[in-house]
Amino acid sequence: MGLDNVLAEALPEVLTTKLDSLVNWARKSSLWPATFGLACCAIEMMNATSARNDLARFGSEVFRASPRQADVMIVSGRVSRKMAPVLRRIYDQMPEPKWVISMGACATSGGVFDNYAIVQGVDKVVPVDVYIPGCPPRPEMLIHAVMMLQDKVMKESLRDRHDVQREEAREAVPPGTLPASGVSATNEAAADHPAQTPISRPYTIPSRHERRKSH
Amino acid sequence: MPDIEREQTIAEQAASPLEYPGLLPLIETLRQEHGDWVRDVVQAFGEITLIVPREQIVAVCQYMKTTAGLEFNLLADICGADRGPEEEPRFEVNYHLFSTTKYHRLRLKVLLNEDDPHVQTVTSVWRTANWHERETFDLLGVIFDDHPDLRRILLPDDWQGHALRKDFPLRGYEPYSLT
Repeated sequence: MGLDNVLAEALPEVLTTKLDSLVNWARKSSLWPATFGLACCAIEMMNATSARNDLARFGSEVFRASPRQADVMIVSGRVSRKMAPVLRRIYDQMPEPKWVISMGACATSGGVFDNYAIVQGVDKVVPVDVYIPGCPPRPEMLIHAVMMLQDKVMKESLRDRHDVQREEAREAVPPGTLPASGVSATNEAAADHPAQTPISRPYTIPSRHERRKSH
Repeated sequence: MPDIEREQTIAEQAASPLEYPGLLPLIETLRQEHGDWVRDVVQAFGEITLIVPREQIVAVCQYMKTTAGLEFNLLADICGADRGPEEEPRFEVNYHLFSTTKYHRLRLKVLLNEDDPHVQTVTSVWRTANWHERETFDLLGVIFDDHPDLRRILLPDDWQGHALRKDFPLRGYEPYSLT
C-alpha cells in the first residue's frame, strides 16, 4: 500500500494493480460466444441477446461465426453422438483461454433423452465451467451463467492457463479432468491392464425380445 | 378408447374400399404372365400390397416402371421394418411406388430372414433408391447386394449394430464418452 500512496501522489494518472486482475478484467468484459445452437435452448440463447434481455450489458453479445474468434462455447441443447466429435472439434479450434457453458438439462445430463443417440451430458466431450438447469432455461438464467462465468474468470490466474496445443478429439484428455501429474486416469488404467480391451456390453438389462429369444 | 372398440375400428378401416381398384386387373395380368413374381396380394386399408420374393424384386420393379398402364415412375420410399427377433421372417422391406402420370400408388414388400438379410438393390431402376437403401441398411442391417455405395447415412460411421432393430438396447451398448 505504501507504494500505491507514493505513486498516487507522484503520478496521479498512473493506476497500479495486479496483472492478473487487469487481464482477467479485460477477458471477462468481452466474453465472445461461438455461434453454436443445437436445439430449442438456442432460441433462448438468441433471445438473450435481443433488446429485451440485452446480453450486451455484460459484454457477451458478439456471437462469432468462427470458433477462432470465440472465448465461450454455449452448448445450447442436446448433443447427439454424431454431433459430439464435431462439437469437440469446434472446441479444439477455439483459442485459449476458453470456457464452456452447458445450457439446459439436455446438455448437462442428457435430459429426457436417455437413449443411445444422445450424449448423456456434454461434460463427456468437453470440460464445462458453468451448468444451467432448465428445459429450456430462461434468457435471464443464461445471463446469470455468464455473470457466474465472469466471477470465475476474475478468480483465475495467468499461471493457471495451459495454452499448449493439444491433440484434437478422441485422444485428447479435456482439461479439468486431468490429475496434477498430467496422466489421465484412463491412461493409467490402460497401462496397468494392457491386455484388457473394451468389450461391448449392454448398457441396460436385456430387452423383452432378447429375453424371449434366449428361452 | 377400449381395446375392443379400437379393434373394431381398425377392422372397419381395414375393410375400406380400395383407393385404386383399377390396378387389380393389371396385377392379375402380371400374375398370369409371371406366376412366381408375386407370392401374395394383400388388400387392406384401401391399399394394395404385393408380397414379392426377394430374387424377383428387380424384375418386378422394372416391370412396374415400364409396363403401360402401371408406369410407376416414382419410387416414393423404401423403408425397412423389424418384426422382432422372435418372428420368422424377421425383416421386411417396403417399396412405395407412385405414378405421376396415372396417379396411383402401390406397395411392394419383400420378406427377409434374420440369417440372410440380403436383397438386390433397385438403384438400376430408380436412382433415388440409393439413399433409401442406405438408410434401411444403416438402421436395420438389411444388406442390398450390388449397391453402388452402401455406407451408413444417419448414424455415425463408427456405430456398432443397427439402431432400429428391436433387440438393440435403448440406451446403447456403452455410455458415450471422449474422456
